[in-house]
Amino acid sequence: MINLVREKNPMPEQAPDVRNKNFLEVARGYTEDMAVREAMRCLKCRKRPCMSGCPVMVKIPDFIAKVAEGEFEEAYKIISETSSLPAICGRVCPQETQCEGKCVHGKKGEPVAIGRLERFVADWHAANFGDEEIKPAQSNGHKVAVIGAGPAGLACAGDLINKGYDVTVFESLHKTGGVLVYGIPQFRLPKEIVAAEVAKLEAKGVKFVTDAIVGRAMTVDELMKEEGFESVFIGTGAGLPAFMNIPGENLLGVCSANEYLTRINLMKAYLPEYDTPIQHAKNIAVVGGGNVAMDAARCAKRMGAENVYIIYRRSAEEIPARAEEIHHAVEEGIDFRYLTNPVAVKGTEDGHVCGIECVKMQLGEPDASGRRRPVEIKDSNFVLDVDCVIMAIGTKLNTLILDTTENLEANAKGGIGTNEEAATNRPGIFAGGDAVTGAATVIKAMGAGKVAAAGIDEYLSK
Amino acid sequence: MKKFEVTYKRRLNSNMVWLKIYAPLVAKHAKPGQFIILRTDEYGERIPLTMAGHDEKDGTIDLIYAAVGRTTMLMDQLEVGDCLADVVGPLGKPTHMDGLKKVCVVGGGTGNALAYPLATGMKKAGVEVDMIEGFKTKELVILEDEFRAGVDRLYVVTDDGSYGEKAFTTDKLKQLIAEGNEYDEIVAVGPPMMMKFVCQIAQEHNIKSIASLTAYMIDGTGMCGGCRCNIGGEDKFVCVDGPEFDGSLVDWDELIRRSNYYKDQEAEDRAHVCRLTGGVRYHD
Repeated sequence: MINLVREKNPMPEQAPDVRNKNFLEVARGYTEDMAVREAMRCLKCRKRPCMSGCPVMVKIPDFIAKVAEGEFEEAYKIISETSSLPAICGRVCPQETQCEGKCVHGKKGEPVAIGRLERFVADWHAANFGDEEIKPAQSNGHKVAVIGAGPAGLACAGDLINKGYDVTVFESLHKTGGVLVYGIPQFRLPKEIVAAEVAKLEAKGVKFVTDAIVGRAMTVDELMKEEGFESVFIGTGAGLPAFMNIPGENLLGVCSANEYLTRINLMKAYLPEYDTPIQHAKNIAVVGGGNVAMDAARCAKRMGAENVYIIYRRSAEEIPARAEEIHHAVEEGIDFRYLTNPVAVKGTEDGHVCGIECVKMQLGEPDASGRRRPVEIKDSNFVLDVDCVIMAIGTKLNTLILDTTENLEANAKGGIGTNEEAATNRPGIFAGGDAVTGAATVIKAMGAGKVAAAGIDEYLSK
Repeated sequence: MKKFEVTYKRRLNSNMVWLKIYAPLVAKHAKPGQFIILRTDEYGERIPLTMAGHDEKDGTIDLIYAAVGRTTMLMDQLEVGDCLADVVGPLGKPTHMDGLKKVCVVGGGTGNALAYPLATGMKKAGVEVDMIEGFKTKELVILEDEFRAGVDRLYVVTDDGSYGEKAFTTDKLKQLIAEGNEYDEIVAVGPPMMMKFVCQIAQEHNIKSIASLTAYMIDGTGMCGGCRCNIGGEDKFVCVDGPEFDGSLVDWDELIRRSNYYKDQEAEDRAHVCRLTGGVRYHD
């Protein structure tokens, strides 16, 4: 039987004016009944367009069919065949541009809520089968090093351990998870979920070494020559935050979104028992329109700011953040200033931020990205009174590994150069995720980690 | 040996302590001028500290610090056998020594601990080293014997004249230059205000100056951008581009302002450590 309702079953959520004062998860998840009803909306298309939109090719119609039958554990097994971290992907993937963007239902109504169903299945499994015993995989004796315990590294390590490799993951921070723990806030992705996924990998035999910066405490070459790693995967992420190079950017109260989010998410500045200092500003401007900007703005609101502005130079049409994040941010009272671009940060005599001077923009001809280029409107400058400015305008690539690895080649963007199998120019060294592409998404990084795992397997099986 | 275990502790004066920490990964690659980031426990901050030395054979690194902030106060409670939660490094670029013949290293207060590996490391690399150690008063003087053994000439000065010569480091530096010493480089390690004036003197005499900067930072790999500072009109990150920079290019006023950013919150934290708990966390 097919459910012909055109809209998705709504997601139960904390009310906006409640949740913008706490860090508990916003979306509470489907009940079994909601999940079954949503799954019954799937039309079981023969061509499976949804799968073509998934970077890791989850067998979407198959797992949804199992959900519709109430066979949730079977559904979990199907997802697990291709995705390492479904509880995370179900929450943070930009489904509207991936699987759900290809759903036939989307033409005349809303697509099937694939992301919500994936999350439901993963959470159901964790609640009902989460404490099952995991057996370490049979070892094949080959040692592989994974650099970076973020989404790319975790996905790569997960596939390799299942194939019997002896996997060690090196992480520069004191906690594993990469952007999943320092970047994405608790209210969007509870850290307990990330910790559970890491614990699962540990139970299977993956070794994690935190506080280890490859490129400083050891080099890739040393790992291979002295420590006996036959292959290395580099998944070190995007790296350095970009600033706008406008006057006043080093005033007190201007910081990168990376810094602001890390203080809150990794260093738990929102909990009183932690020492982490954080600015408690009243009026905060967040510059940028991506998911990171939304995360920073929504954190700022929760930290007690009265007015939080998103300053974005293009219009609502071009904004790159996930639709759900924008929707949630608007509900929570974030003030969106579209077609607005900062030209200077204003400061008090003692060097604190007291405002941000902006100029109004209008859209002109399309640029190289195909989006209409924003053009300044003359004499439209105005100052927004704020005491904190958070820059969320992207990142530049970190060159530490490239600088410290012999003869490792960069790509045109300055990231680590790879072919389609994630192999670099150096035999045995593979790379993937933001370290290769520049800032992208969690799922793309996971996809790259999986491609690399397959490449490493092939390389070491020769 | 446990990870990040304290293997040695020596009190240098009323508020300065010398710790050796077991951190073999760091010790293996550490070079003079580099720093580490540490965390005392799960609830602690990540703070950067320049290493005062390291021993690859024992797998230990040396940290000399003044107990002035919450984290260093908590570290003060550690005894031999206790562990830090995290030590990560070595971070930053090592001190540049190639091609130098004669240098003057100027250390102020706590900065002398950081100047120690740098000055003695330069000497070991064949550079002729004059060292000026400056302190407020006699009671705060540290590492005098160590410096004397490790550099060519040591000058100890105190602000109040209670030990060594009564002079500021800047006066002593001017005097040494006036006496005809020809330095290829002057290195300043200490409070930003002192470094600012030392670098100004160097500039007046057309001598290259190097300043070792400290800044707020979280990860130490360039990810947070909290340590950015204006060097010759360009934003640089202390953690990956530094910590040593050409002193004539540093925007000192901005640096001093930024280094005091969390001062109020920290003062409050300190009060909690010493008044309420005597350094012991209430939730442990």
